Amino acid sequence: MTEDIDWIARAAKRAKGKRPDYFDDFATDRLMSITMALVAELSAVRQRLDTVERLLESGGTLQREAIEGFTPDAAQAYERGVETKAYIARIMRGVTQAMEAMEADERPMEDISKELREA
Amino acid sequence: MKHDVAPPYTAVARHALFPEPGHDEAARFDFLANFNKFMATTLGPGNKRAYDGRVLPAFVKEHGREPRDRFEIRRAMNRDPWHRFWSALKRNSMEMRQHNGRQIALRQLDELDARTRQFNEGRDTLRLDDSVSVPRYQAAVDIHCMPGSYHGEERPGDVSAGANYDCGFFATTAGALGALSDGGGQALVEWIRKERPGWTPRRILDIGCTIGHNIVPLALAFPDTEVVAIDTAAPVLRYGHARAQALGARNLSFVQMNAEDMHAFADESFDWVQTTMFLHELSGTALPRIIREGYRVLAPGGLMFHLEQPQYSEAMPLYEQFIRDWDAFNNNEPFWSAMHALDLRGIMVETGFPSEAIFETGVRAVVDETIFPRAKDGEGEDHGRAAVWHAYGAWKPA
Repeated sequence: MTEDIDWIARAAKRAKGKRPDYFDDFATDRLMSITMALVAELSAVRQRLDTVERLLESGGTLQREAIEGFTPDAAQAYERGVETKAYIARIMRGVTQAMEAMEADERPMEDISKELREA
Repeated sequence: MKHDVAPPYTAVARHALFPEPGHDEAARFDFLANFNKFMATTLGPGNKRAYDGRVLPAFVKEHGREPRDRFEIRRAMNRDPWHRFWSALKRNSMEMRQHNGRQIALRQLDELDARTRQFNEGRDTLRLDDSVSVPRYQAAVDIHCMPGSYHGEERPGDVSAGANYDCGFFATTAGALGALSDGGGQALVEWIRKERPGWTPRRILDIGCTIGHNIVPLALAFPDTEVVAIDTAAPVLRYGHARAQALGARNLSFVQMNAEDMHAFADESFDWVQTTMFLHELSGTALPRIIREGYRVLAPGGLMFHLEQPQYSEAMPLYEQFIRDWDAFNNNEPFWSAMHALDLRGIMVETGFPSEAIFETGVRAVVDETIFPRAKDGEGEDHGRAAVWHAYGAWKPA
């Protein structure tokens, strides 16, 4: 481990250059950064759990080093990739559906409700 | 059905200098690689949908005409809630890649610096020069949101910038650059072998080499050729030299030099002068100067070759120009937009190449496709990062 510099603080250094404001509210930009970091962390935890399960399944006991050094074979890597892809699809469902909604020309539900009541 | 997923980070080659990732560090890059694929393929089309469906109609209604250029489209799209949300997600992905790479590199920096010294000390193939200053176009902002850019150091003489750069290519390209992130360099080898079978250049110059990932394949493919790689940033040269040595490229020198003034090299002293994904990180005055210097040091019969993302031609729809410009304004690439609108052919003619000597060609990253993906272009392309390049080249008349 690096001794003479605070690697945790330094790694989080900001890149020089004005960051665009993507949202009108300061807090929304910050909250998205926190949310996306959490999303990534949960993905990493899920993969770690997958590693632990595979190691326990094959060996019955667990060494910390075996987790750190675990290298999935091609089939295992694919299974993990599919898990991650499905996980991203769940997390991003609202965004994906908002994109779909752009295609649809939908009237407010109240209008349809009224129409069906009278139909 | 077979799902399109990113290859695992564990498939990235661990050369002797490569920062060793822990389990969760690798898992974070796995997440980012898959997330970036999702952003490009699933959500990317939403931008066009927002443009066609509401941004363009609103623009036409307001102005009585369609947008005249990519800048008008960008200003209009930057007011669209969908594009803003998509951009915010993508910006965060870029920042998270940097953060993870820097955590990996910095926590083991003592070890990385020590290993680098073993490969660098006493070797005359690494020539640093303190008098080379950081050019304005490198100092203005940290390029592609990489904190400290290529020249940043956490302490004097370190390799943090190079190590972070190397370990994160995988995430932003979703593995499309291959095990050693050298799909561009491998593509150059494949291209030249088809173009000039049997040709062995005596000397090759790579300008703006950073960590040398795209020049090592050429050095290994031409072991009898003297290969020189230059850059202004010492931290990436230190790392790149050690990396090249570890990979067995002993005919490759790394020299700290600003390519705007290469007086250290004699006229007509290289058979091949090239850049890979470099021209967009320059400036309006530096770029033609570097092309001019490249022409001067290029021997008659020699090859000049530049790999880049495609230029914005009149044939390229304005929307595509706008989306290709995303990195310029959202990922700290301030020269990107202007560079891609330059008349590179015209600049090369001005330096002395006859117009008929200049050619353009497409080059796709060469990777081990049993593990790494074949780079996508067209539908689902991650604009700005696609490992499918446009090459601008010229053979200097003998």
